[in-house]
Amino acid sequence: MNGADPLLRLSGVTKHFGGIIALANVSCSVPRGRIVGVIGPNGAGKTTVFNIITGAYSATAGTVMLDGQPIQDLKPHQIARRGIARTFQNIRLFASMTVWDHLLVAQPHRGSALRLALPASWADPDALQQAEKVLVFFGLEAHRDRLAKSLPYGIQRKVEIARAVTAGPKLLLLDEPVAGMNEQESDDLRDLLFRLNRDGLSVLLIEHDMPFVMQVCDYLYVFDFGAVIAEGHPDLVRRNPVVLDAYLGQEG
Amino acid sequence: MISTYNAGLFAEIGILILGALSVYVILSTGQLSLGNAGFMGIGAYQTSFLTVEAGLPITLALLVSAIGCAALGFLVGFPALRLRGIYLAIATLGFGEMVRSLFLNLDRLGGAGGYHGMKSISGVYIWSWTLGILVAIMLLERSRLWLEFRAVHDDETAAGLVGLNATAIKVGAFGLGAGIAGIAGGLFAHHYLYIEPGNFGFERSIEFVLAAILGGSTVAPGAVVGAGLLVLLPEWLRFLADWRLAAFGALLVLMLLIRRQGILDRTTFSRLGLRRRAA
Repeated sequence: MNGADPLLRLSGVTKHFGGIIALANVSCSVPRGRIVGVIGPNGAGKTTVFNIITGAYSATAGTVMLDGQPIQDLKPHQIARRGIARTFQNIRLFASMTVWDHLLVAQPHRGSALRLALPASWADPDALQQAEKVLVFFGLEAHRDRLAKSLPYGIQRKVEIARAVTAGPKLLLLDEPVAGMNEQESDDLRDLLFRLNRDGLSVLLIEHDMPFVMQVCDYLYVFDFGAVIAEGHPDLVRRNPVVLDAYLGQEG
Repeated sequence: MISTYNAGLFAEIGILILGALSVYVILSTGQLSLGNAGFMGIGAYQTSFLTVEAGLPITLALLVSAIGCAALGFLVGFPALRLRGIYLAIATLGFGEMVRSLFLNLDRLGGAGGYHGMKSISGVYIWSWTLGILVAIMLLERSRLWLEFRAVHDDETAAGLVGLNATAIKVGAFGLGAGIAGIAGGLFAHHYLYIEPGNFGFERSIEFVLAAILGGSTVAPGAVVGAGLLVLLPEWLRFLADWRLAAFGALLVLMLLIRRQGILDRTTFSRLGLRRRAA
């Protein structure tokens, strides 16, 4: 996608693991306020792209720009604080924490170190307010004081996304958000994404569930063997013979 | 009036609680330190030097030593970042033994002959520090910083990706734990009035870890229960004469088999909290 001044732009990103080329010269971008999808068969390099954007891996070559600033040399926590939040393919919640704790811990620091080290209930009303807002937005009030890992799968997914959103990111990366969800949960998540998007959040998501992808994404990138083999509006991509052959055809 | 003997036990528990808390703070970020007796030793010698040779009042000397130990904890924390689990435990154990042999060879501080000349402090003074630090940690446990400690403990990678600087958090916890161990050392020196390098060996570090884990390593008051039991249990078992230490060991094993999470845990606490609210 070649829109002017995108929020995120990857140019010529390459990643080698020893002799294996996981990504070869990948360029793609996420314009502001859009929901962009990444599809492709397993092992195509989709999650590797997420790991490079978030700094979990460093790219062998290429650049990653957020808001026009290079971020490929920053550490994961610095990238997160610049405004990129993510979820994981296999949910990674904090085992000892309640839903409420998750919504507090991911928020950026405001004010002095003392404010951070004193009980949040006295010292940091802003953080509590933000957590409360996200709790209500995601409809998680009933689960507030439950251990997040003890909740049903679909709700755990929601908590993970809520944790990402509570940091106030510009860009949200979702790695297979509806995997393992039933239809109702998947519809709920779609509506949530639309509401977040309406509030100005840009989204990049990896997903195998094609009906979901077709409904929510404004633009798609199709990966295979570590390269972008097609891109465009979901309707165009769906009819692209290269894509049918490499990916969609397998499912149909 | 309590007897001198009981007053001694009382002081011993207060100091051991601080040792256990020093391990607890580091453990809360998922790092096991077997070298906290090293920090305790440095705190003991440093505080004693400051009160005996520089004539500083004890409270000021303790604060200076705590800062010194915390700074050293940061330094030790950095190389320790590369290590995890059992390897970190062994490295910290090495640090503790290194400190012990350093004091053994430091003739200026008495070497193997030990160091003395400190003025005695009361059990109440010791417990003022113990309770002060306990309350401070319990307040810290309700802060966002403590949630960050727990996030790093639970999943360091995910913590980094939600914006937490795991390096700073781990090193910070090490520094804080070292500072607390330093205070425990200063109090120890001014309670026993004589210190030697052997006081701060490997067994002392193990004792701290044992107190923290036995009492419950997910809540600060666990250190109080653990330290109390470690000091008092062998006393209560005196009727068993020669068998008392064996019985003590067996009880420890039994207790950990029944309650692996320690005597107190977060659930106990939330239940107590609910009951109080309901009452």
